[in-house]
Amino acid sequence: MKYDEYNLIHSEKEVEPIKLNRREFLKLLGGGIIISFSVGDLFALQERRRSRGYPQDFNAYLRIGEDGRVSCFTGKIEMGQGIITSLAQMLAEELDVPLNTVDMVMGDTTLCPWDAGTFGSRSTKYFGPPLRQAAAEARAVLIQLAAEHLRTPKEKLMAKDGMIFVQKNPIKKISYAQLAKGKKIERHLTKKPPIKHYSKHTISGKPTDSLDSRQKVTGEAKFAGDIRLPGMLFARILRPPVHGAKLKSVDTSAAQKIKDIQIIQDEDMVAVLHKHRDVADKALRLIKAQFDMLEFKVDNNTIFKHLKDSAPDGSIVTKTGNLDEGKSLASKTFEAEYFNHYVAHAPTENHTAVVKIEGDKATVWASTQAPFRAQGEVARVLGFPSQNVRVITPFVGCGFGGKNQGQQIVEAARLAKLSGKPIQVAWSRKEEFFYDTFRPAAVIQIRSGLNRSNQIVFWEYHNYFAGNRSSQPFYNIPHHHVLSYGGWGGRGRTGRAHPFGVGAWRGPGSNTNVFAIESHIDIMAEAAGMNPLEFRMENLTDKRMQRVLIAAAEKFGRSFSKAPSGQGYGIACTDYLGTYLATMAEVNVDKKTGEIRVERVVCAQDTGEVINPEGVRMQIEGCITMGLGYVLTEEIRFRGGRILDENFDTYEIPRFSWQPKIETVLVDNPEMPPQGCGEPAITSMGGVVANAVYDAIGVRLFVLPMTPARLKEALKKEQNASREKNWSIPLSVS
Amino acid sequence: MEKIFKFKINGKDVRLTSSPERMLLWVLRSDLEHTGTKYSCGEGFCGACTVLVNNEAVLSCQYPIQNVNGKEVITIEGLQKNGNLLPLQTSFIKHNALQCGFCTPGMILRAYSLLLKNPQPSYGEIVEAMEGNLCRCGSYDRIIQAIQTAALKMKGRVL
Repeated sequence: MKYDEYNLIHSEKEVEPIKLNRREFLKLLGGGIIISFSVGDLFALQERRRSRGYPQDFNAYLRIGEDGRVSCFTGKIEMGQGIITSLAQMLAEELDVPLNTVDMVMGDTTLCPWDAGTFGSRSTKYFGPPLRQAAAEARAVLIQLAAEHLRTPKEKLMAKDGMIFVQKNPIKKISYAQLAKGKKIERHLTKKPPIKHYSKHTISGKPTDSLDSRQKVTGEAKFAGDIRLPGMLFARILRPPVHGAKLKSVDTSAAQKIKDIQIIQDEDMVAVLHKHRDVADKALRLIKAQFDMLEFKVDNNTIFKHLKDSAPDGSIVTKTGNLDEGKSLASKTFEAEYFNHYVAHAPTENHTAVVKIEGDKATVWASTQAPFRAQGEVARVLGFPSQNVRVITPFVGCGFGGKNQGQQIVEAARLAKLSGKPIQVAWSRKEEFFYDTFRPAAVIQIRSGLNRSNQIVFWEYHNYFAGNRSSQPFYNIPHHHVLSYGGWGGRGRTGRAHPFGVGAWRGPGSNTNVFAIESHIDIMAEAAGMNPLEFRMENLTDKRMQRVLIAAAEKFGRSFSKAPSGQGYGIACTDYLGTYLATMAEVNVDKKTGEIRVERVVCAQDTGEVINPEGVRMQIEGCITMGLGYVLTEEIRFRGGRILDENFDTYEIPRFSWQPKIETVLVDNPEMPPQGCGEPAITSMGGVVANAVYDAIGVRLFVLPMTPARLKEALKKEQNASREKNWSIPLSVS
Repeated sequence: MEKIFKFKINGKDVRLTSSPERMLLWVLRSDLEHTGTKYSCGEGFCGACTVLVNNEAVLSCQYPIQNVNGKEVITIEGLQKNGNLLPLQTSFIKHNALQCGFCTPGMILRAYSLLLKNPQPSYGEIVEAMEGNLCRCGSYDRIIQAIQTAALKMKGRVL
């Protein structure tokens, strides 16, 4: 990570360490026995937590209870991406315990090792290795202990299903639970044991049903909003109508007449509290307020010009060769601009938090992707040391990067302090749309050229605010230059590039970049007189990319022709933080209504070693389905700082009737450590659909989302334009 | 203003004092602490709050408590029979027809009401019945498969 993302992820301030005495710590853990524990270790453990890296001590990751059940501790959270299953598989595999004896303890700042947060498809890739190492060491220590207990050399022992046996006399055995029971073992290995080779795996790598689904089909699964505490009040907060507005005056007299209502006014915050959420809603509607508005004259129609005007100077992302030399080699040149609008995360579960304060300690239940960051934020706002704040993360109902910020958590903490009661803040859908950190609108300009052999000889890429992921070409281009003018969190030269919050959105940067790059590649393929698959294979030598393209093409089972062929077939391929994928799609376009129907999508993905093939497939399918939204309909409508979309009536996300037939291919690559899989497949959706639409009707759309209105307008332009092909596409957009 | 309402939830009698215009969703979630029914859009656009009233799927965020009087409400907590999951629930598990699980209670209740009326729905009938329930994680295809599997399993049997 050397790009804009790095600063965002690492911008949190230092959080103080948790300090518990030994008794408190054991009490928190419940009845089980820590395998290896001493007071010295405990404090060393806390120190390691402070150091903001993953701890070395395996006790930070796992605990074997007296009942033989194994708790796995991780600062990661579960929001539907499936790590509750895949991390359990990794632990069970290395420790040699049955998968159904593993209990995941996730996102609890007191029990779990520190973690930066759950984003960027990083959980399996970066948390997986230390977890595996911890489990491998714990297993090796248990075997040493068993050797002493059974008076048998450890070489003659084997571990299986939480038991250690004498290989030649399996009646002689001892369970992990028995070894752990009542003992204080302070043993660690100086030489860390190796983790298992993938060929020996029996749990990891096997398709496994989600471990949390039973709880989720019975309603037992708890989300932050499901927390009920004695005396808890629901808070609703007065909001400005537009971003940047300041409260001028407020009249709460009508609201005060509601029975049992409590009204809190503190600095800029006005809130109503009631034991029933809907009564608090009603009270909030009765508050009259006036605001000083902030003028900000930009909207959906002017945003792209505004962004380019606000852009800082470009910085180089990557540079190879010499552009002038590349241009001199080109026989055909191409120039185009690509545009992407603001998109909401729209998680099914709204931002929610419950905060309870007792004396100088606070407990927080929150829908968050970053519990340790939330811990620091709550500590600061309450003036408590961090160790006095415990953040517990129940199940999270979608995140997609939208729950990295903890505004609702801080609000609940403030109100809990002011009211002296446990407080729940659960944003309404309107608040969700208002305070969302949208995927930024962005502009990409590309100039490129082909030589007479149809090789790409130069590539000039100007990126305004998309973010840099997936913007470096993986095609063989001797002379290329990628420039960035503000990343996905960038505020521009003026600091006001965006009229509201923007941030990471599933596959940040890449959705826009892959749309632009892969559209542009298809434009060149047509000019080269080649079909888009052939053109890609001719212009890249990356073996992993070739493999995913071939795998996708085999599954797709249709022949590409030079576009537009009328078939409606599209391709896009990309790499995303180490995961490679190729997507192929088949679309139908209704020229009369302007509607695009995606009929079928095939995605071949190489994500390195696969821990849970079923989980990877689910993520790819989810990416494809969710991706249809930003490709076809999703666009935040706004006027200045006013967000016009407030619910799912106007902001259309994919629904049942959109469902294309999806086929996934997991390209085998077990030698490579596991890469991320929660985001990659969503990033190719703009490119693959734009290319398929062009193949269907010969009209290319340069703006996402490709709404019926935009498609009809593009069709009209095409009909009016001269039939003569001009390879230089004008730098303009409707 | 406040009135007494009597109805059944998951087979149990409930007697509760409330103002008549309060929505069933909030009575369930805050008065009765039945939190399996989810709040998401709050305006009837997403289906997360779907429950059954006299075996008809309704959006509880739009359903005033006065309309529930004397009726029977079924929520996700009430679907298990003697601790056993319904075929529909086991089909959701088998097909991994969920990711974050937040829309799942509403999905299951909507599908349940469909199967009550139409035990062998076609693909098109499933899509039509489920269209108002949104899943941001994108599990639609697996949900359709789960409903089809449940319908097959239940052939000739009552839910």
